Amino acid sequence: MIKVRAERLNFYYGATRALQDISVAVQPNVVTAFIGPSGCGKSTFLRTLNRMNDIVPGTRVEGRVLIDDADIYAPGVDVVALRRRVGMVFQKSNPFPKSIFENVAYGLRINNMAGSRSELAGRVEESLRQAALWGEVKDRLHESALAISGGQQQRLCIARALAVRPEILLMDEPASALDPIATQRIEELIYDLKQAYTIVIVTHNMQQAARVSDYTAFFWLGRLVEYDRTDKIFTNPAEQLTEDYVTGRFG
Amino acid sequence: MRRLPDRAFQAVALAVLCLALAALAALILDVWRDGASRLSWDFLTGFPSRRAESAGIWHALTGSVFVILVTAALAVPIGVGAAIYLEEYGTRSLLARLIEINITNLAAVPSIIYGLLGLGLFVRALGMGRSVLAGASTLALLVLPVIILTTREALRAVPRSIREGSYALGATKWQTIWHQVLPVALPGILTGTILALSRAIGETAPLITIGALTFVAFVPDGLWSPFTVLPIQIFNWVSRPQPAFQVNAAAAILVLLALLLTMNAAAVWLRDRYQKKLV
Repeated sequence: MIKVRAERLNFYYGATRALQDISVAVQPNVVTAFIGPSGCGKSTFLRTLNRMNDIVPGTRVEGRVLIDDADIYAPGVDVVALRRRVGMVFQKSNPFPKSIFENVAYGLRINNMAGSRSELAGRVEESLRQAALWGEVKDRLHESALAISGGQQQRLCIARALAVRPEILLMDEPASALDPIATQRIEELIYDLKQAYTIVIVTHNMQQAARVSDYTAFFWLGRLVEYDRTDKIFTNPAEQLTEDYVTGRFG
Repeated sequence: MRRLPDRAFQAVALAVLCLALAALAALILDVWRDGASRLSWDFLTGFPSRRAESAGIWHALTGSVFVILVTAALAVPIGVGAAIYLEEYGTRSLLARLIEINITNLAAVPSIIYGLLGLGLFVRALGMGRSVLAGASTLALLVLPVIILTTREALRAVPRSIREGSYALGATKWQTIWHQVLPVALPGILTGTILALSRAIGETAPLITIGALTFVAFVPDGLWSPFTVLPIQIFNWVSRPQPAFQVNAAAAILVLLALLLTMNAAAVWLRDRYQKKLV
């Protein structure tokens, strides 16, 4: 069974081709890591999976991305509904300048999932618990989300994404701006979340990819060089280029 | 040694600032010396009179406030709406860029030109006559470009990460603008709007052009009522030969200045308040 399948995907910023013929199949309920040096296209590819690049002017996609066997770039696809199914956490935590509670409640409200007051509060608590943040913020739910620490903000963004019950969670270097302890908490969280979600994580930290992921895709210059089980990529890669990268010979 | 030019520049900047402040202070002091003695409750609540000592500004003060409120009611929704369209929805087409350049130019058009437009369009063609509505419509046209420009500036300053965060949750474009972008941009929009309106409240030329009466002995009682405003009253008094009317003019200037400063203070207060709410 395949959750996300890209077929000969090409992506252009204006005239520049940023992704070349990417074909990859992501399994459900596992963690898939995209690794590669800066500018290799891993983040761009991640953002094609929820059509986040649509809001960047001058970009163009060729090829197909299938989620549950339906092409998300087919004409008539509801992008708004797609993004509710495919949640995203960004490199730099971006809580809304509102209270902690409102940050989590926002997605529920705009998707008409808020229900009654107590239902809404229940969903907010559930999401904060899932993101392992509830204990730290339960007494200050109505304080500004910008007042908590960077690591907490990033977990709040994860809680916010989980609140609308996505099927897939895309994470774009979610721990790159965090200290080691906050990073460890995020990684533990990813491990817990994969029971319920299909997770795709972009990281330039190879140790992190090795720790959290089941499958790893190595990108280089806009191409997918190798995609396999994580242990295989890190111990016995098929491509010389992959080996050179994971052993730190370049990058 | 390298710090010397730095210090020199600081000194020059400070001197220029002091010069500007001194000029303003001298102006206010001069007007204060001339007019302060005339300021009284009777002056504020009085109506025009041929005798300078019993003339007041109630009709002009209420006229100014009324006209500015109607101007705001007309210009703010249109201006903010236009800015949202241009910034968020408008494509980078040739037409859009032409419109942009035009708006920037409109902000620099002399106000009397707007007066002529108001006279032709609102007073005559649309048959509004010399009413509050015609005056406010003219002033609304005058401040519209400034409101559009400052609103766009404020919208543009909203970080992309906030928009992306909203879109990533399955928000529509409008939900993103309404719930996330506008609240963050609001302090900037408010400041720009109030500053634009305080420019409008001091305008004389366009209102004279459309024929706002210079002698009105009553408070405007509706959108179709004739009216006058403080700057026109001041202009009227200054052009009288009797020195007592010059004193009245100085006192009216003080009232107008107070009104302006209050509006600007409100702009600062509102901006701080909303910024605090955001953080």
